[in-house]
Amino acid sequence: MSGSGAREAVFATRQSLGLMKSKLKGAQTGHDLLKRKKITRRIDEAKRKMGRVMQIAAFSLAEVTYAVGGDIGYQIQESAKNARFRVRTKQENVSGVLLPQFESYMTEGNNDFGLTGLGKGGQQVQRCRETYARAVETLVELASLQTAFVILDEVIKVVNRRVNAIEHVIIPRTENTIKYINSELDELDREEFYRLKKVSGKKQRDAAAEEKLRADKKTAVDEKEKENKAVHEAETKDLLGDQDNEDVIF
Amino acid sequence: MAASGTQSKDRQFLAVIGDEDSVTGLLLAGVGHVTQPPDSQKNFLVVDAKTETSAIEAAFDRFTTERKDIAILLINQHIAERIRHRVDTYTAAFPALLEIPSKDHPYDPEKDSVLKRVRRLFGE
Repeated sequence: MSGSGAREAVFATRQSLGLMKSKLKGAQTGHDLLKRKKITRRIDEAKRKMGRVMQIAAFSLAEVTYAVGGDIGYQIQESAKNARFRVRTKQENVSGVLLPQFESYMTEGNNDFGLTGLGKGGQQVQRCRETYARAVETLVELASLQTAFVILDEVIKVVNRRVNAIEHVIIPRTENTIKYINSELDELDREEFYRLKKVSGKKQRDAAAEEKLRADKKTAVDEKEKENKAVHEAETKDLLGDQDNEDVIF
Repeated sequence: MAASGTQSKDRQFLAVIGDEDSVTGLLLAGVGHVTQPPDSQKNFLVVDAKTETSAIEAAFDRFTTERKDIAILLINQHIAERIRHRVDTYTAAFPALLEIPSKDHPYDPEKDSVLKRVRRLFGE
């Protein structure tokens, strides 16, 4: 069970188990930090927001068309001369990578569409311009985000490779190592237990044997004593019996 | 790929390739700019059903590679679909390419080249 999958070459000790456990924890934390899905989500959200904003803007343009009572597209295209809405590009330093940041601004004093909607629908035209200006601001924001992403692409790729390495190599390997160490320690435990059982069994057996030996000895001694006693008694009797037989010479 | 500071500093205009409504609206916001004559160049292109794909491609190239004063290129998604291979292979940071929805074609995140790249990168 521990042999499946790669693992690090370590001795199965409690110390290395602790080491591996802290390593796994570190790898998991790093993995979570690196796998910033936030970037995807932020771009996704910004794009969806753009969809809504553009829809509103398109609606306000429809209002204009209705109010003016005709198509103003051609007129506007012809009268566009000078951009009022411009962007400034700033560099932002994000952890060593220079990221561009677009910033929108309005130039004062030129108005290409001063005459648009002069006859009728001027209010709607004004509102539409404001709506579209806001929409374009959102677009500029999104463009910043997207450009940052494009530039970060390379960086992200490297980070991503690291994330994948952590996810698919380091974490499984560390887990495998932990499993291996655990199983090995369990095995040692079982061995130890078995050994202890054996030892205690042997001790018990030895003790019992000794006890038996002692008991045997004791009975033997007892018997001998009894015999001796009997013999002694017999002898004594004999002795007593022989008392008259011989004279005692002093 | 990474644009130097001096290069990105001059970029201050937005460019638009879109249908008439989108272009009109964005021009109303004030993004329209026509360079000084004699070679007065517009920074927007109106595309309708009759516009040739080659014309769109030419405008795309003009805005992305030739002109150095464009910071962001806005393109309607349904028009981007017509030159999809060009849009998908465009990887430069400047100008930023942004696919926007149009009145008749709601925005579909599945088709967006940047989002596609994002997804591929994160393996989703």
